[in-house]
Amino acid sequence: MTDKITLTIDEQTVAVAPGTTILKAAGQIGIEIPTICFHDYCTSYGVCRICVVEVEGSRTLVPACIGKASEGMKVHTRTKRVETSRRTILEMLASSVDLSEAPGIQEYMTDYQANTQRFPEARERKPSVLDDNSLFIRDYAKCILCWRCVQVCADDAQYAYAINFSKRGYETQIGTFFEKSLPATTCVFCGQCIGVCPTNALKPKREYLLQNGLSEDEIMKLTRSQRKRRTRRQISSAEQSEEE
Amino acid sequence: MTQSDRIVSTTCPFCGVGCNLELHIKEDFIYRVTSPFDGVVNQGNLCIKGRFGYDFVYNKRRITTPMIRKTRQQPGERTQAFDLSEWQPVSWEEAMEYTVDRLVEIYQRDGSHAMAVYCCAKATNEDNYLLQKLFRSEFRSNNIDHCARLCHAASVVALQMAIGSSAMSNTASEVVDSDVFIVTGSNTTESHPIISLQMKAAIKKHGAKLIVIDPRRIEMVDYAALWLPEKPGTDVVVYSAMAHVILKEKLYNQKFIDERTENFEEFAKSMEKFTPEYAESISGVDRNLIVQAARMYATAKTAAIYWALGVSEHINGTANALSLINLTLLTGHIGRRGTGLNPLRGQNNVQGASDCGAMPWHYPGYMSVADEENAQKWEQAWNIEPGGLSRQLGLSTTEILGAVGPGGVRALYIMGENPMMSEPNLNHARQKMEQLEFIAAQDLFINESTSFADVFLPATSWAEKEGTFTNTDRRVQRVRQAIPPVGQARADWQIICDLAKRIEKRLGRPNSAFWDYKHPSEILEEMGSVVKDYAGVKYNRIEEVGLQTPVWDDQHPGTPFLFSESFPHGLGKFHPLTYHLSAEMPDAEYPLILTTGRVLEHWHGGTLTRNSWMDDLYPEALMEINPVDAASLGLNDRDPARVSSRRGTIVLRVHVTPKVNPGVVFIPFFYGPAAANLLTNDALDPQAKIPEYKVSAVRVTPARYEELPQPEVAQRRGRY
Repeated sequence: MTDKITLTIDEQTVAVAPGTTILKAAGQIGIEIPTICFHDYCTSYGVCRICVVEVEGSRTLVPACIGKASEGMKVHTRTKRVETSRRTILEMLASSVDLSEAPGIQEYMTDYQANTQRFPEARERKPSVLDDNSLFIRDYAKCILCWRCVQVCADDAQYAYAINFSKRGYETQIGTFFEKSLPATTCVFCGQCIGVCPTNALKPKREYLLQNGLSEDEIMKLTRSQRKRRTRRQISSAEQSEEE
Repeated sequence: MTQSDRIVSTTCPFCGVGCNLELHIKEDFIYRVTSPFDGVVNQGNLCIKGRFGYDFVYNKRRITTPMIRKTRQQPGERTQAFDLSEWQPVSWEEAMEYTVDRLVEIYQRDGSHAMAVYCCAKATNEDNYLLQKLFRSEFRSNNIDHCARLCHAASVVALQMAIGSSAMSNTASEVVDSDVFIVTGSNTTESHPIISLQMKAAIKKHGAKLIVIDPRRIEMVDYAALWLPEKPGTDVVVYSAMAHVILKEKLYNQKFIDERTENFEEFAKSMEKFTPEYAESISGVDRNLIVQAARMYATAKTAAIYWALGVSEHINGTANALSLINLTLLTGHIGRRGTGLNPLRGQNNVQGASDCGAMPWHYPGYMSVADEENAQKWEQAWNIEPGGLSRQLGLSTTEILGAVGPGGVRALYIMGENPMMSEPNLNHARQKMEQLEFIAAQDLFINESTSFADVFLPATSWAEKEGTFTNTDRRVQRVRQAIPPVGQARADWQIICDLAKRIEKRLGRPNSAFWDYKHPSEILEEMGSVVKDYAGVKYNRIEEVGLQTPVWDDQHPGTPFLFSESFPHGLGKFHPLTYHLSAEMPDAEYPLILTTGRVLEHWHGGTLTRNSWMDDLYPEALMEINPVDAASLGLNDRDPARVSSRRGTIVLRVHVTPKVNPGVVFIPFFYGPAAANLLTNDALDPQAKIPEYKVSAVRVTPARYEELPQPEVAQRRGRY
């Protein structure tokens, strides 16, 4: 089909090919819609809802990353309702997840004047760092469950199917089947998951060690057993002594 | 959060896919590797090696000071020196002068034929061009080769014979445009991981059908419509039986045969004997599978063939590759997107090293050294007196070691290769190394080969130098210096130029072949001035995206797929074929067939990957053996076993798995302490001189734990 669809976004008219998402249509005329779980090279599932927009005639807000443009559609990307919704999502994320290494989300916080202390009663998600191999660590205290790592581990790239969601509700976390260590799974250590992680929850081991204050020299002098196991205890005991 | 000082774009130093990398660096420490999602080669995807495998750069075992052996080595009594106490650290000046003294002494005493060099499929185009230039222009020797001889020599020879080219005809990512594709002799998920992702996507998302023809139940079989589990060494029979079916059922492309090929009649006659029944009796593949595979390939709109060393590393290697080419010519599946003959090259720059003339029979650009006109062109380019360059074909990799001895090869210069892991029949190779009069090693680590050297010249890694690699689909891409040289290491091209100038002066050559390059870009331009495929490859054109050769001039856009109109030979030539047994067949004494290959975590001889943290995930070689064979030998999974061939013995753990068929065992060849190549056969394909790595007869018996090189048990992996 070559016929184009015409819609208006924030009072601007735009013509797009059928099948185009609202997000891409807005991008064509320079209107930026915030995204977190969306990634150009992953399948979109509309998980995080930060990209919601108001569509006239629609009862609920529509996620722009998966909502398709249609003929005559009237979209508003920054109404009060949209802003409130986005702000609330950001505030809820901030209440339970460590976003210290997610500069993109922090920018949104400022942009939407999110109050990071809005939910003081919220329980922080603080699982300990999973450090079960020499190549990368998984710090799910920083995980916002965007699902991108699971997608690239599966049909979006690698077809390895080593990780998925585990548990339910608040306890939901990305994990391996039967909570096996990564080397014991079908993981091929391609690190596609690291490549798409928006919050640095997944991190190469040497970067992690560097962040934990080890010098290049100290890192490269670690023995095989140290980099596989002992470093974890060393680091967690260092963290403990700091807290004390 | 770690803030990078800089992010440097470069090309992966491991396999031939040539993935685009971004190195994140803080205080000269590479702490993270990413890849741009809009990258043409790998679309943001990497494998374990590209993502994590670069830490060999910082390994504490790396040699970063020039060294000379403390004890002068005598031919016949040469030893390996793994311990640093046996080496004397010296200045670059001293190391260079020593190297020149020894090389020139041997050259002036014994002549050109005493000199030999192993170039390097891991080094850049510029490094390889210069090293072959040095040996050709100064020592007048064509004893120049590199490990391409050990991987795709048979494919190159066959492609040259049939169509006059020797590279992948199409771009790997075009597989999504194939309706049907054959993967044979390639464990793609482990050896070319990113191409395997494109293959999986082609199947899962674009409806392509895959035919796997391989003795092992490799991971790609999970995605295949058909799997033809042939016995190792029977490729000619299987592919020719497919041709037989296509001929018999008239599924061939008459128009293509008429317009684009020659020698059809003679070829068709030679295929008569290859009935599916005959093929089944030889290869063990069900005749119906052969018929189905033939129909599927022949009737597809677009069909491609991808192969690797399982096809070429046989004494029948050239015939194996020719039988694939025959299939393609028969069906006309070439010269369009999503079709083609696609030998997957193993190393980051094996295509480039070959293009750059790191070969005994060819100058850069596959120009035969025996051709007078070619020799004159290079004499002109290198300021050499007319008739100065040798017109004699040089010795190939395995022949170089074979020729070591009085009156033969006396001096060997090794850049980055590890023949003491990669040659077949290593006990024989060892004797030859011991007999050399002089060995110079230009490398990063003391490995099984450089430990034999008299002088060690510490080279920079790929992250410390500028240059280009040419990947498996002929794309010339930039390699960029990301960090300063570690220690006193120097870039290979600089070491070679320094050495060449000293040799030139010592020999009193009247004219200089020219070694005063300011930047590697000038080296590539010099080559492009003679080699027309590279004429338009200029650094300023490949800053963002690499160009696919041939690139005829500065305006030429490069060539994603070849042969749309004609072949370099004009017509493609069918070759009649016959089947010969592998050189060594199993018998009562050595009842199993050993075949060798790679694993995901390691790369070739393992000089780089055994010095990376990746090694933690696969620290020792395991021998795959079928449960039936294991049971009859009383072996359980991970038990130690002794494996012997007529040439050597190793002890390693077994992995009991139906991935290999009964009667066949598989050992990856990266592992020094139990090197698979101690067992392999050095019988050569008569045309391509490639050794038969993929078939040797072995005997397996249980061993004791204390005989294992690494008795402590390694962590179990889910995927092995």
